[in-house]
Amino acid sequence: MPFNGRADRTNEIPKIVADHVDVFYGEKQALFGVDLEINRNEVTALIGPSGCGKSTFLRCLNRMNDVIPNCRVGGSIRIDGEEIYDPKVDPVILRQKVGMVFQKPNPFPKSIYDNIAYGPKIHGLARDRTNLDEIVETSLTRAGLWKEVKDRLAAPGTGLSGGQQQRLCIARAIAVDPEVILMDEPCSALDPIATARIEELIDELRENYTIVIVTHSMQQAARVSQRTAFFHLGVLVEVGDTEKIFTNPADDRTQGYITGRFG
Amino acid sequence: MSEHIVTSYDAELSRLNRMILEMGGRAESQLAAAVNAFSRRDATLAATIVRQDDYIDALEAEIDDFAVRLLALRQPFAIDLRMVIAAIRIASDIERIADYAANVAKRTIALTKSPPIGPEKVVPRISGMVEAMIRDVLDAFVERDVEKAHAVWRRDSEVDDVYTSLFRELLTYMMEDPRNIGPCTHLLFIAKNIERIGDHTTNIAETIHYLVRGERMVEERPKSDTSSFEVVAPASQGSAPEQGGES
Repeated sequence: MPFNGRADRTNEIPKIVADHVDVFYGEKQALFGVDLEINRNEVTALIGPSGCGKSTFLRCLNRMNDVIPNCRVGGSIRIDGEEIYDPKVDPVILRQKVGMVFQKPNPFPKSIYDNIAYGPKIHGLARDRTNLDEIVETSLTRAGLWKEVKDRLAAPGTGLSGGQQQRLCIARAIAVDPEVILMDEPCSALDPIATARIEELIDELRENYTIVIVTHSMQQAARVSQRTAFFHLGVLVEVGDTEKIFTNPADDRTQGYITGRFG
Repeated sequence: MSEHIVTSYDAELSRLNRMILEMGGRAESQLAAAVNAFSRRDATLAATIVRQDDYIDALEAEIDDFAVRLLALRQPFAIDLRMVIAAIRIASDIERIADYAANVAKRTIALTKSPPIGPEKVVPRISGMVEAMIRDVLDAFVERDVEKAHAVWRRDSEVDDVYTSLFRELLTYMMEDPRNIGPCTHLLFIAKNIERIGDHTTNIAETIHYLVRGERMVEERPKSDTSSFEVVAPASQGSAPEQGGES
């Protein structure tokens, strides 16, 4: 096809395969048999109205739901073929591999340097101080923050602007060398300029990572993702190429949601 | 499809719909009036039609501006996005249709200056076919009826056939008597203009397909106007026009 710059990814094996995932919070079922494949080095956007289960699904991917009492997850989620709900899997190791960035930037009340260095230290990823310095620099550079903070690494992370704090959190997630980065509405507390910076960053990061992002902004999903999954009432209604979802969705519920006919 | 949560958005989309219909209706009237002026050899009416084309151009500009506004302010997705894109495309096709109708009127003014020639009666016939196509394609647009749009699309080959046979007939007239060349050329252009209107009507049918189905129409375009491939053998070599490939 002319003008189609996208590489053919049909032969690639998905990074994450979710198979019939059910989630219960006590008696209440939040997700119903979600089957979803997430491609490597792509951004997958999860969209849907509040309470649709998109964030619940995101949190399943690094077992963040484990910490919620009464939460039960059924079905199977495999990353590179390995079942992450296998009892032998250490959730701490899993969360190193599958990092997360939250809605509100949540830097530790420490210096910029320590915010980044903390993870590599506890996971024993740095050989020595020089190596740790390198990790801090690389992570901040990848997160597009190095130039802005390199002269004040000892300053508190909480003193940065909202957009910088969010990039600091992304740098912190990158520092432990993850394979997957989960983002839960990472820009909802940011202004449009800071949002654009994060979106530009997401686009760069997908070269090295697999990214799953939950967003309430349809425009953001359209701008940053290659694939979009629409959730409604705990069900995965439709998943497909972002371009297809936003120009010609197959399901009426998807169409109703993205065109603002219900929500 | 149910209504938007924001009701003013619905109001804007239906306004866009109405604008297209008004523009389409006017273009169709322009064609009917131009052919009426042609049949009655009425240069005054023809001149009025030429002037009225400006109004249709203005409508197209208005639709374009409104569509751009919708894109910028509503950032439509899916069916709404396709509606805005379809409106821009259809308005552009209707503008061309109206241009061709105005051209028919212009050449009518020229034709009134020479005596009528035989094949003129074909013009109302071909125009009647095309006017019906415009009406039906606008109906298909209102009803979002893809089957109806496809039916219009297929009818274009009949128009092409009539045009091609007129083309041949006019060639024989011109070969018979060089004084016929002037009026025959005008007549040929008039018929060609109407035939082109048929083509734009098929474009609109394709746009309706895209609007409703969200994908491009894949059938081969009906092209049976073969006049571009005709070569003329001079009468002295004793043969009627022949068909052959352009080299």
